[in-house]
Amino acid sequence: MTTELLRVTNLKQYFPIKGGILGRKVNDVKAVDDISFYVNAGETLSIVGESGCGKSTTGRAILRLDEPTAGEVSFNGKDLLALNKSEMRKMRKDLQIIFQDPYASINPRQTVRQVLNEAMEIQNVLPKDQREDRMMELMDTVGLGAHQLDRFPHEFSGGQRQRIGIARALSVDPKLIICDESVSALDVSIQAQVLNLLKKLQRELDLTYLFIAHDLGVVRHISDRVIVMYLGKIVEVADKKSLFDNPKHPYTKTLLSAIPVPDPTKQKEQIILKGDVPSPIDPPTGCRFHTRCPFATDKCKDEVPELRTTSDGMVAGHEAACHYIEEIESGEMKAKD
Amino acid sequence: MENPKSIIKVEELQTSFYTHKGEIKAVDGVSFDVPSGKTLGIVGESGSGKSITSLSIMRLLEDPGKIKGGKITFNGEDLLAKSESNMRTIRGNRISMIFQEPMTSLNPVFTIGDQIAESYMIHEGLSKKQALRKALGMLELVGIPSPKDRLKAYPHELSGGMRQRAMIAIALACNPELLIADEPTTALDVTIQAQILRLINGLQEELGMSMMLITHDLGVVAETCDYVAVMYAGKIVEYADVDTLFKSPKHPYTVGLLQSLPRHDIDQDELNVIKGMVPRPDDLPEGCRFAPRCPFATRLCEEKLPSLDDIDDKNQVRCWIYNDQWDGPEVNVKDDYRTAQSD
Ligand SMILES: Nc1ncnc2c1ncn2[C@@H]1O[C@H](COP(=O)(O)OP(=O)(O)OP(=O)(O)O)[C@@H](O)[C@H]1O
Ligand SMILES: Nc1ncnc2c1ncn2[C@@H]1O[C@H](COP(=O)(O)OP(=O)(O)OP(=O)(O)O)[C@@H](O)[C@H]1O
Ligand code: SF4
Ligand SMILES: [Mg+2]
Ligand SMILES: [Mg+2]
Repeated sequence: MTTELLRVTNLKQYFPIKGGILGRKVNDVKAVDDISFYVNAGETLSIVGESGCGKSTTGRAILRLDEPTAGEVSFNGKDLLALNKSEMRKMRKDLQIIFQDPYASINPRQTVRQVLNEAMEIQNVLPKDQREDRMMELMDTVGLGAHQLDRFPHEFSGGQRQRIGIARALSVDPKLIICDESVSALDVSIQAQVLNLLKKLQRELDLTYLFIAHDLGVVRHISDRVIVMYLGKIVEVADKKSLFDNPKHPYTKTLLSAIPVPDPTKQKEQIILKGDVPSPIDPPTGCRFHTRCPFATDKCKDEVPELRTTSDGMVAGHEAACHYIEEIESGEMKAKD
Repeated sequence: MENPKSIIKVEELQTSFYTHKGEIKAVDGVSFDVPSGKTLGIVGESGSGKSITSLSIMRLLEDPGKIKGGKITFNGEDLLAKSESNMRTIRGNRISMIFQEPMTSLNPVFTIGDQIAESYMIHEGLSKKQALRKALGMLELVGIPSPKDRLKAYPHELSGGMRQRAMIAIALACNPELLIADEPTTALDVTIQAQILRLINGLQEELGMSMMLITHDLGVVAETCDYVAVMYAGKIVEYADVDTLFKSPKHPYTVGLLQSLPRHDIDQDELNVIKGMVPRPDDLPEGCRFAPRCPFATRLCEEKLPSLDDIDDKNQVRCWIYNDQWDGPEVNVKDDYRTAQSD
């Protein structure tokens, strides 16, 4: 039986832009603009999408590292946005995050031992005398080895530092881990180990992952379901197989065609996106992808497409936000250049 | 492998960190050259010395790191003999670097515009106003949305991808002869990566720039590099042109690396991995550094370090299997890796 662990409803995260001599708010960066989704216990839901589309912001809003502008976040039936600071701090034992940039998220003046000890101390996870064993075990779990406990973050390479972040997240026995580009900085053989590790930990500890990544090969391997975001909105969501084998949204198709293939002899067809990513300060009207979409019409400029499932060719749970799913599928509409 | 005309030539480079726990040989006898106008990809395990190699070339090592041996020749000039002030001129003008972690090299208290403009002011002697105008052009070139507004943005206000573009803008502002890009697209998603790689490739052709591209993404290597050096624990273990490396890899580490990629065509429950971990940098194995993880390792491998040899016209490999002294059974590394690994 599947139980829902996390539900995000109509989440918005606007960052005010201040200007003028009075420093008044002049506009907003609409980093996340009305998104809804759920994560089932024990599954891996991935979020992919263009740089700046709001993936990290979504993760941060769930943890209330930034206070969301609007919406609801419910975790295990509890309304996270209604918790006060100290209740939220306790809640973070269950919800951990492994950051994108390990350098920015680990205190450079602490040894790995101090980093791990502090995490366990704050959440009061184990009696003091058992922490040493736990730390050694964690270091082996993430493949660093207990002998490295007394080194400082700058003495590690970029990839090694990322494992410190994983060890820190695991140290408090969380239920949900938000992995924000957590394996991006790792090279392949280690990435494979860490992905196998994350999968194994998931099975054994019944962990749930919200996995933010740009490597679609990795996403394909680790995910049960995938969300594709564009400029603060969800444009497509589906189980992994449908998303990779049967993408419906023009943006998703572009994304899949851009995966670098480790075979220099392979000539592949890349859909080239024209134009820049529009600014989230003044996002395009209608479908936000219309300024770069090869199929866009006037309707796309005016009307916001809702997430929907078409009757043929889309399985339950597969949704895309495009006005012309059917027409593009049937070939009735052709890409303009 | 001597290339006819190379922009940079690194010979037997040795860089170590002298810590209270002893010497860490981060780069230990690395040699390669980058043919003029071409791209050399450097791939390898985390901690294998890729970044330290490039920082050594730039002479940007921080204490307690020291270049203890070797030679670096850039366009015929001995870089290791340069004074710090000569080096500073070379860094800003002729060799540029894009770093792995943009936040460590962008200054958090200055706007993006000021940071790009500074390069023009120092290197071209432009006024602040002229420099800012050129900075705006550069932000447009690297595809930053609403470039006018972003000129005034601080690094923390940008997403990861935009920060990386800002870094590229700063690096290219001086029109360098050699660009060293250390994981320039690691934090980016694929459409942006495709654009940035196309951008760098385009600028490379346009400006006749040579490049060293450090990456862990073998897909990126396949699509952008002409030559590839594979590093492991401070040493190059294989060097070949890109087609050869992917079609007939010879070193067990290279083979293991290629086989541990998530496949795009089939679903795998578990990925193939290279067992074990990178050796401690302050306690390297005596023989082949890959021996503790290598499924083919023999006594010879454990005892003696193999040299990097031409094994045919195409691959240079540091592995005993290809040497007359090989004391193990006959193996085909590529075909036998997986079975050997599971034994
Ligand atoms: N504190 C902030 N103040 C102002 N704008 C912000 C802030 N944090 C993020 N933004 C903006 O919100 C948008 C979304 O940023 P976010 O970091 O969520 O993107 P992302 O999808 O994680 O991108 P990447 O793949 O590059 O990490 C971007 O336009 C970014 O510039
Ligand atoms: N300041 C330092 N003090 C001590 N050792 C260091 C220092 N900086 C780097 N090292 C060591 O030097 C070795 C090479 O590091 P380097 O940063 O070059 O690795 P890399 O190949 O770039 O790895 P990654 O792919 O993870 O970025 C590593 O073993 C690292 O631990
Ligand atoms: S709605 Fe229109 S603009 Fe948006 S993706 Fe579909 S065709 Fe393209
Ligand atoms: Mg992010
Ligand atoms: Mg590095």
